[in-house]
Amino acid sequence: MGNLFKIAIRNLRRYRRRTILTSSLITIGVIFVLVLVGVSGSFKNMMIGQMTDSMLGHIQIHRKGYIASIDNLPLTMNMKPQAVKKLEGIFKQIPEIEAYSPRIKFGAMFSSFTETTNIRLNGVYPEMEMKTLPLLASRISNGGKEIRKGEIIIPELLARGMKINVGDTLVVIATNKDGSVNGKQLKVGGIIESVTGPGGRDGYVHIEDAMDILRMDEMEISEIAIRLKHFDRLHAVYNTLYTLLSGELNKQGKPAFEVHTWEGLSPFYNIARMIDMMSIFIKAMLIAIVLISVMNVMIMAVYERIREIGTIAAIGTLPGKILSMFVVEGFLLGIIGAIAGNILGTGIVYVLKLLRITFDFGRQTGLVLSPTVTMTDILMISLIVIVVAVLGSLQPALKASRMEPIKALRHV
Amino acid sequence: MALIKAENIVKDYRVGEVLIRAIDGVSFEIEEASFVSFVGPSGSGKTTLLNLIGCLDSPTEGNLFVAGEDVKELDRREGALFRGKNIGFIFQDFNLIPVLTVYENIEYPLIMVQNVPAREREERVMKLLDAVGMLEQENKYPDQISGGQKQRVAVARALVTNPKLVLADEPTANLDHKTAYMVIELMKKMRDEFNTTFIFSTHDQKIVGEAEIIYTLEDGQIMDMRKKGGNENGKSL
Repeated sequence: MGNLFKIAIRNLRRYRRRTILTSSLITIGVIFVLVLVGVSGSFKNMMIGQMTDSMLGHIQIHRKGYIASIDNLPLTMNMKPQAVKKLEGIFKQIPEIEAYSPRIKFGAMFSSFTETTNIRLNGVYPEMEMKTLPLLASRISNGGKEIRKGEIIIPELLARGMKINVGDTLVVIATNKDGSVNGKQLKVGGIIESVTGPGGRDGYVHIEDAMDILRMDEMEISEIAIRLKHFDRLHAVYNTLYTLLSGELNKQGKPAFEVHTWEGLSPFYNIARMIDMMSIFIKAMLIAIVLISVMNVMIMAVYERIREIGTIAAIGTLPGKILSMFVVEGFLLGIIGAIAGNILGTGIVYVLKLLRITFDFGRQTGLVLSPTVTMTDILMISLIVIVVAVLGSLQPALKASRMEPIKALRHV
Repeated sequence: MALIKAENIVKDYRVGEVLIRAIDGVSFEIEEASFVSFVGPSGSGKTTLLNLIGCLDSPTEGNLFVAGEDVKELDRREGALFRGKNIGFIFQDFNLIPVLTVYENIEYPLIMVQNVPAREREERVMKLLDAVGMLEQENKYPDQISGGQKQRVAVARALVTNPKLVLADEPTANLDHKTAYMVIELMKKMRDEFNTTFIFSTHDQKIVGEAEIIYTLEDGQIMDMRKKGGNENGKSL
């Protein structure tokens, strides 16, 4: 095997300019892929982080059927205290859960005494909500960063449209689950920016104020948002929760709860998937670059060395060995391109990180791009390049190994 | 038992729609350790005959036995294995591998064809380098040595696997007369030293005289067979 490599290396050196050109092409391809994977991965992670850390949490649990009618925010589909207690018991069994936050979600009208509009309100325990959504406080642009009793945090666009400022008094009116209407005066404690841009109508109140407005005798929870210690454990924890909760049945013998990761709750998951698809397309382009360049160079190598092939075949070299000689050359071209591309690509990603390039996402401005490449990315890209280089050299190598020595020796 | 036994062999080629008979019913026997030459004008069938003996091609008709093996029965892989074990080749254009040194070119068949252990390889290569007078050039590449030296390396490469037979197709065609004579002398010396049968084709009359058995070919037939020290008419059978 060592001799095959020795001969292959010398043949690559023999056609030095062609080797440099081909491996440079592969190197450039690897650099592009690494930079794109690093940058798009950073953008995707930041986007997911914004969604999960300031609005959704990583996982949410609802009473079965709630998500299907979530636009109505049905109070009749809230979870009873016993159910919530049961869930809290389950959460304690899962060490990957860092925090959770029970929420009462309801639709309400609010009036500034001169104007009235509708709002979606989240009644939360401020401390639990902030632990579950660590970026929530950063969205509250004016006023305090907390959600105090007797106060309401209202969406920025509604505040601007109705000319409401921090400290103003509002009346919030809502219909409870029995159909009776109740209202409560609250002070504007802060203005909250939307994560996704214009149109956000989600406000926050203290959970006890929500209970007052809805005249709840006992706390009935609409959803529980969960934050994990490590985001990469998302699907593992989801599966654990799903398994544990599928055993919890309602009176009709059907599952009492439904579990969703953020992916099932946000349309931004599709954007994340599009970014992944884009990475796949770029990798496909890399495959094409490597395949075409290696195949081209190996076809030329075989064509130029027909008499040599005839000679080694005549003196008894088996077709398999002739095939190996050319495949090893392709393999080495892949290795050279992969190593050079990974070194340069990682270097460029590091420089981009140092440059601290900023971008905007929704209402969030000045987000710093922090591209990174993981060892998995590097290994995956290297594997693709090397495998494709070998595949690219296979056809010319097969041609060489199947050559009739007598015809090859006659070749001029 | 003869090393090579050809019985009424025929070789036809098809060029487009035209059938060309390159060898036309040739029979002969060649004993071990012979020093044989095929002579004849261009197109007489010398190279075709050497290709058939070398198992690079198979006859259209007739029987051809080399080292007791019916070469017609060999498939591609078996043919390669047979050549690697029994036959050495010397080419008109030397056909050394340009990326390998003189030493490595001679060593090549031992690694890639016969899988000989390193120590034995070194012994055999050094012995042949010495025998062909190329010890001092062992680290040079083919483009750093003369034509005569290249052919000496080719002779060594052909002999390194201890073959029963070495086939040389116009081995002196690209050499000046003096060097050509030296190469033929070297081949003869190697035959004496290693007891290997040498068959070479040539159209150079001065070189022909160095062979001990001379077959004259014309239009794919053996017109004459001469042995040194006598003249035996060997008409094609």
